[in-house]
Amino acid sequence: MPKTLAEKVYEAHVVRSAAGEPDLLYIDLHLVHEVTSPQAFDGLRAAGRTVRRPDLTMATEDHNVPTLDILAPIADPVSRAQIEALRRNAAEFGIRLAPMGDRDQGIVHVIGPQLGLTQPGMTIVCGDSHTSTHGAFGALAFGIGTSEVEHVLATQTLPQYKPKQMSVTVNGQLPPGVSSKDIILAVIAEIGTNGAQGHVIEYRGSAIEALSMESRMTICNMSIEAGAKAGLIAPDRTTFDFLQGRPHAPQGAGWDAAVEHWSTLRTDEGAVFDREVVLDASTLTPFVTWGTNPGQGLPIAGIVPDPADFADEGERRDVEQALAYMGLEPGKPLREIEVDTVFLGSCTNGRIEDLRVAAELLRGKRIDADTRMLVVPGSVGVKAQAEAEGLDRVFLDAGAEWRGAGCSMCLGMNPDQLEPGERSASTSNRNFQGRQGKGGRTHLVSPSVAAATALTGKLTAPADLETV
Amino acid sequence: MDAFTTHTGTAAPLRRSNVDTDQIIPAEYLKRITRTGFEDGLFVAWRTNEPDFVLNQPQYADASILVAGPDFGTGSSREHANWALLDGGFRVVISSRFADIFRNNSTKAGLLTVVLPQEQVEALWTAIEADPATQVTVDLQSKQVTYADVTVPFEIDDYVRWRLLEGLDDVGLTERNLDDIEAFEATRPAWLPAALPAR
Repeated sequence: MPKTLAEKVYEAHVVRSAAGEPDLLYIDLHLVHEVTSPQAFDGLRAAGRTVRRPDLTMATEDHNVPTLDILAPIADPVSRAQIEALRRNAAEFGIRLAPMGDRDQGIVHVIGPQLGLTQPGMTIVCGDSHTSTHGAFGALAFGIGTSEVEHVLATQTLPQYKPKQMSVTVNGQLPPGVSSKDIILAVIAEIGTNGAQGHVIEYRGSAIEALSMESRMTICNMSIEAGAKAGLIAPDRTTFDFLQGRPHAPQGAGWDAAVEHWSTLRTDEGAVFDREVVLDASTLTPFVTWGTNPGQGLPIAGIVPDPADFADEGERRDVEQALAYMGLEPGKPLREIEVDTVFLGSCTNGRIEDLRVAAELLRGKRIDADTRMLVVPGSVGVKAQAEAEGLDRVFLDAGAEWRGAGCSMCLGMNPDQLEPGERSASTSNRNFQGRQGKGGRTHLVSPSVAAATALTGKLTAPADLETV
Repeated sequence: MDAFTTHTGTAAPLRRSNVDTDQIIPAEYLKRITRTGFEDGLFVAWRTNEPDFVLNQPQYADASILVAGPDFGTGSSREHANWALLDGGFRVVISSRFADIFRNNSTKAGLLTVVLPQEQVEALWTAIEADPATQVTVDLQSKQVTYADVTVPFEIDDYVRWRLLEGLDDVGLTERNLDDIEAFEATRPAWLPAALPAR
């Protein structure tokens, strides 16, 4: 019977299946960070349990990490306590940890692929909803809560129901200045923040296949914002080339055997999806969000919507509330929205290619005098590579700040936050009320829009710079 | 996890859709390493910035059932959102649709999520806004919500229902199948990656 890629990966990991019960799914890789693990380790300790597979577990410090003075003790006592709890737990339970100062440290969804731990056909979980990122490799990767973290630590399995299957096909050629971030923002605007609820999304089509691994990760990363369980892209030559030679990629005969298996990881001809969406990449433009959820986005040439245009009372109310929070008037061209801060980073767009794209636009220029720009590489490895390429100098010479690796301004948990009323253009993944700091106003953008915006001080596409 | 059989209490109407888990509990509260005590973070931004926010109104102060607009619990996988609702005195959330991770987390934490069609949610909103003292009963055994003279059935996965009725924790249940886990592990190809030893 023809199967989808996600069905193949799911079925290959079923440990046990019984009528009237969820399946028991084996987990090939459990990624851990400091925020969603303390109570899980406490639970293990309280029940006298141990970690079943420390060798399939990897921890890092990312959410609380201050990106300035990353080697100094954390000033915030609550953050410090949480980081120290992870260090104690990792030591006690024999888990590998990449702490601040370690060459492998970084945002959890950046270091998995970086180390070659993320591979096609694996099941990968983490107590973080952006675990979907790893689906870019053709892995079934999804976020879990702390109770499930405890379950995986104890048993290396999870009770699961097979999800529904959705395909998003993007054909055609992306115009210049349009990136995978714009693709996924357009998809979420199209299907809504619960459009994929209950489904795993497979992204297919020529525009997807043309993307680099990092660009694919951006798309899979934000699958959760469409309500999806996970997002996958079938592995191909691009995937194998990215992986070959990475520290934990297989070698020699193991590599050959792995590639042979990975090459079978494609959706079969005739496999049935529960829902299908098709987009034409050539019609896409840079996309930005105007509202307070990732689905409230528009092409950058658009204008702030008018609540009166929404017939449904609930939708109208949502738009009114979003505009009130964001301090925006209906009809204002998005390109006239001025920002205070630009944030380039996060598990969505904090990798070397994102930094290169932004650096190219900023090279030899100065950012707007009233705009602050924070550039946060996604890992120590990304930071080192960027510095080897001289990108840090480009950012510093342009007047931007160059930071250490962590989740930073994506979410208000570490010192990098917006002040109340401050407006940002951010390459992260969520524009919820208060996400980047109490009262902070977030506009989600691609790295090239972030860089162009930093130059002008208002939402700007790279193409707009050419007309200046 | 406390078993859930039936619960009766007053209900609070949250007339908002797409309530994300950052609103339910902001990230700064996630720095805590405790499992309880999150009630101070529950909807804190709305409670602080909106004096008229429903949970600030005294007639809803003791509500133990939250009736929310569609798409409740979107965004971050933080189980702290479910803990905050429980710590804040809620045992049930009723909505026409829940985000998957939030709904799944609630089954581990012992918070019951009940899906009712939007028209039923609207009817319940009308009733509890007219009389905040309305007693609402959520019966997991009979799978019914009852208030005033209204009885509405709801659907729930049988296995989840059984686990909640018995107050059973997933880890204990899985440990009955350790033989199957070992057998599966023996089949995993040698070239699959391991984080240890570090390379």
